[in-house]
Amino acid sequence: MDILIQQIINGLVLGSIYALVALGYTMVYGILGLINFAHGEVVMIGALSALTAIGLLVPSGLPGPVVVLAGLLIAIPVCMAVGFTIERIAYRPLRNAPRLAPLITAIGVSIVLQQLAMMGWGRNYHTFPALLSVTAHKVGGAAITDLQIIIVLTAALLMAALVWLVTRTRLGRAMRASAENPAVARLMGVDVDRVISFTFVLGSGLAAVAGVMVAANYSIAHYAMGFMLGLKAFTAAVLGGIGNLGGAMLGGLLLGIIESLAAGYIGDLTGGFLGSHYKDVFAFFVLILVLVFRPSGLMGEKVAERA
Amino acid sequence: MSADPKLKARLGIALIGVALAVLPFAVGATFGNSWVRIVDFALLYVMLALGLNIVVGFAGLLDLGYIAFYAVGAYLYALLSSPHLATAFPALFAVAPGWPVWAVLPLGALVAGLFGVMLGAPTLKLRGDYLAIVTLGFGEIIRIFLNNLNAPANITNGPQGINNIAAAQIGGHALNRPLELFGVMVPGVHLQYYFFLALTLLVVFVCVRLQDSRLGRAWVAIREDEVAARACGINTRNVKLLAFGLGATFGGVAGGLFAGFQGFVSPESFGLLESVMVLCMVVLGGMGHIPGVILGAVLLALLPEALRWGAVPVQQSLFGKVLIDPESLRLLLFGIALVVVMRWRPAGLWPSALRKRELAAHGEAA
Repeated sequence: MDILIQQIINGLVLGSIYALVALGYTMVYGILGLINFAHGEVVMIGALSALTAIGLLVPSGLPGPVVVLAGLLIAIPVCMAVGFTIERIAYRPLRNAPRLAPLITAIGVSIVLQQLAMMGWGRNYHTFPALLSVTAHKVGGAAITDLQIIIVLTAALLMAALVWLVTRTRLGRAMRASAENPAVARLMGVDVDRVISFTFVLGSGLAAVAGVMVAANYSIAHYAMGFMLGLKAFTAAVLGGIGNLGGAMLGGLLLGIIESLAAGYIGDLTGGFLGSHYKDVFAFFVLILVLVFRPSGLMGEKVAERA
Repeated sequence: MSADPKLKARLGIALIGVALAVLPFAVGATFGNSWVRIVDFALLYVMLALGLNIVVGFAGLLDLGYIAFYAVGAYLYALLSSPHLATAFPALFAVAPGWPVWAVLPLGALVAGLFGVMLGAPTLKLRGDYLAIVTLGFGEIIRIFLNNLNAPANITNGPQGINNIAAAQIGGHALNRPLELFGVMVPGVHLQYYFFLALTLLVVFVCVRLQDSRLGRAWVAIREDEVAARACGINTRNVKLLAFGLGATFGGVAGGLFAGFQGFVSPESFGLLESVMVLCMVVLGGMGHIPGVILGAVLLALLPEALRWGAVPVQQSLFGKVLIDPESLRLLLFGIALVVVMRWRPAGLWPSALRKRELAAHGEAA
């Protein structure tokens, strides 16, 4: 029972990180109808650039949370710039090309980003210094650390802010209009190109925060960390219903919990045949199941294929 | 006197045939036998690229996990031609299985084809981008399983991989040993070359015939417009499954050859980046155009060797040290090539006439 509660807590923490990354996928998909393959690499760049900044600031003797916050504030603009560039290089010139084209360029960009990161940060794992309090609080036999509480609360706050931005502001209305019908939105005076750029920048900002969270949660970061994370966050977005903000959040949380329960119980369920190192496989099975039985996701509407 | 075009074509084919026949000796004499080995690998990549070309180029289904089929073929060959199973399960296998190559390769093709259909079946309803992610995940899953299936039952020997794989035997002669033929010593790599060349030519032949067949036309129809293809009476489900299955088959054969050639397989050889490299060959050469794909495969298979040979000394003389190691330089170039080709030459370096026309028309309409 304690293990169950503990795994659910871990799942919630993991899930709020997935949700933040999934939002980036889903926003871009909502407007362009395309998957941003390089999104996982943006998360990786967020984590590593924040770690570099943190590494430089640690000797200054500032309090831990301030250092982490400073790292975050550096990672966010870096990632936003990367997201903006990705859109300019891989997506904008190919907006009217066959569907396969932007996918292939995005894969190319993602490999370039990964290799550049490897050259800049090396092949080794970078450790996240112990700056944040990991005091554990007891919750019904399970433990939750301050760091985990901060991650969940920050993610919740950011998601609330995003929903406010999309539903209540002028810019949000322009985003929704562009997603609905770009041609008509343009006729109504919406600068669709700017809206698309902004969407990439916004998603990348969230990815930066998620990257720092992942690094803090697992206390490591690595140049190849973006790939699996991106795949899982995409699964979360599909699970919730791609193109739907609430869906991405729900999908992220669900996937986090499923994965952590699977990691905790897979050994018992299969009689020791499969161990917890198969947890990465679970996200993928979830993806296949959703795509086969409910391709529109949990909260998505059924939409006809746009020819 | 007018040259008969048919005669000219025959002469061309004969010339190419002679060139291919003497190639290993010419390469071996000028650059050394290690380059013949590289040429052998290039042939494997040609097979892989042609297989992926069926899925991506003909049917227009973006498959990012293609290397998984290569892995399936390679591991199947490894299990059936090495002492691994006998050491891991002495109760089941009294002697090490040593299947003949002509039985293992078709079996590998069949099993890989089945995996292809298995992957294709749940993804049939999906559009391009979803499919890309699912296939990418599938490739990763296969690698995770290969990496972890050493416990509790040691099937794949985990990250260490399987070694002591017997080389392919033809007529009782193992292809990794030199053979004396008419008083000339033919080294093992040369024999492997002829073996691979024969199979590559077979693959090319099958591809050409497929392209002009009813099935090939159905694939192109689906690539261009799936709804219209269905309206024309094409059974899109079966035709797509066939694309996955046949593409995977070639991957399986190439995998088996790889295992026998290398004598060793490990999960490391089957990562995502390998899938991307094969995709890069297809895209760079010209999606859907067989000669283009062959060109792309040969170019990219030789690139890493050329880089190892050229980039290191150049960097050393320019900067005094190696700034970018050839491996990351290669991947960096792949990434850039994908972007550049898609933006400025979407039909590839050597596009088919039809494809070129289509893409040009598309650009004008936009």
